Amino acid sequence: MSCSETPRSGREEKRLLWFRRGAQAAFSIPGLILASAFVGFAGLARDAGLTLTQTLFMTGIVWALPAKVVLVGAILAGNGLLAAAFAVTLSSVRLAPMVVTLIPEIRTPKTPSWVLYLLSHFVAVTSWVVAMERFRSVPKTMRASFYAGLGSTLILNNMVVVTLVFVLAARLPPAVSAALFFLTPLYFLTSLWGSARERAGQAAMLFGLALGPVFHLLTPGFDLVAAGLLAGSAAFGLHLIGKRRRQA
Amino acid sequence: MSFSAIDAWWWPYLFILLAGWLATDFWRFLGVFLGGRITEESEILVLVRCIATALVAAVIANLVVFPSGALAATPLLLRLSAGLAGFAAYLAAGKKVLVGILAGEAVLGSGIFVTSLL
Repeated sequence: MSCSETPRSGREEKRLLWFRRGAQAAFSIPGLILASAFVGFAGLARDAGLTLTQTLFMTGIVWALPAKVVLVGAILAGNGLLAAAFAVTLSSVRLAPMVVTLIPEIRTPKTPSWVLYLLSHFVAVTSWVVAMERFRSVPKTMRASFYAGLGSTLILNNMVVVTLVFVLAARLPPAVSAALFFLTPLYFLTSLWGSARERAGQAAMLFGLALGPVFHLLTPGFDLVAAGLLAGSAAFGLHLIGKRRRQA
Repeated sequence: MSFSAIDAWWWPYLFILLAGWLATDFWRFLGVFLGGRITEESEILVLVRCIATALVAAVIANLVVFPSGALAATPLLLRLSAGLAGFAAYLAAGKKVLVGILAGEAVLGSGIFVTSLL
């Protein structure tokens, strides 16, 4: 079982095996929930007037679902490029700390950095959660292959989902479409709470839920950024006060 | 310069590329670059995570309160109760996302069914 003595062809074979295992991990409960959320997202994009190719392009190149929902929301609201980019940039800050925690699990002294940059594109809530759970049973040298299989399969699966929704959605009864559109907020409402690292994150979520609709009415077009900045800073304020109290 | 500002086939793709790809992969690449250099517990990251979380939460709330498509035809009160029920079920089941989704959808579905009978 010693990896260092495995001949080159054997190592390639082993990589392929772990790539395939990663791909299989995409067909799981989290993968199914993500696919369901993508059904809702594809419906949202369709309603916003995006074409199938535009939505597929967005799925492959942006990937993270909250960022895509914010982007489609900005398109729906008729926001300009700068406002849209700003909103998406702010909504995706969470990707950086996720990547920061994932990279040390994947990197070996031999891993070229271009592989890490390429793999980081697959980082979004679902692939990150699945990887963090499954990595324990994946040999460290095979984690890059495993994650490549997982990430690429998740993207391809959901491209298929998007295509199916665009082709079929016109024939869905309104009650079914409504139920599907509701999957996205439900999925994020629950997974966002679970992914919060500290109390402040959960406070930020509650404040954001309350302020989002308020700012939608007060400052349309700038609502997400305004609600995010105010609710996030308020939650951080509570975090600092709580910390000072614990230290006192 | 909105999504429909320029009537050319390439403009929506450029819009998605700049406002979508650049805005997300920037953070992913920064994450790789920083690698182990920043600790996840640093205070500035707490603030950044708070703002990011609140922003996604604002998106969720707006999707529920001001929905588009078929969901817009359902009563606001029903959508709010379905969201609350889903979240409560998620917490009660010990943070099971699937349970929360099923409970929220069950409330929404039965609500749509009942209002269609009225």
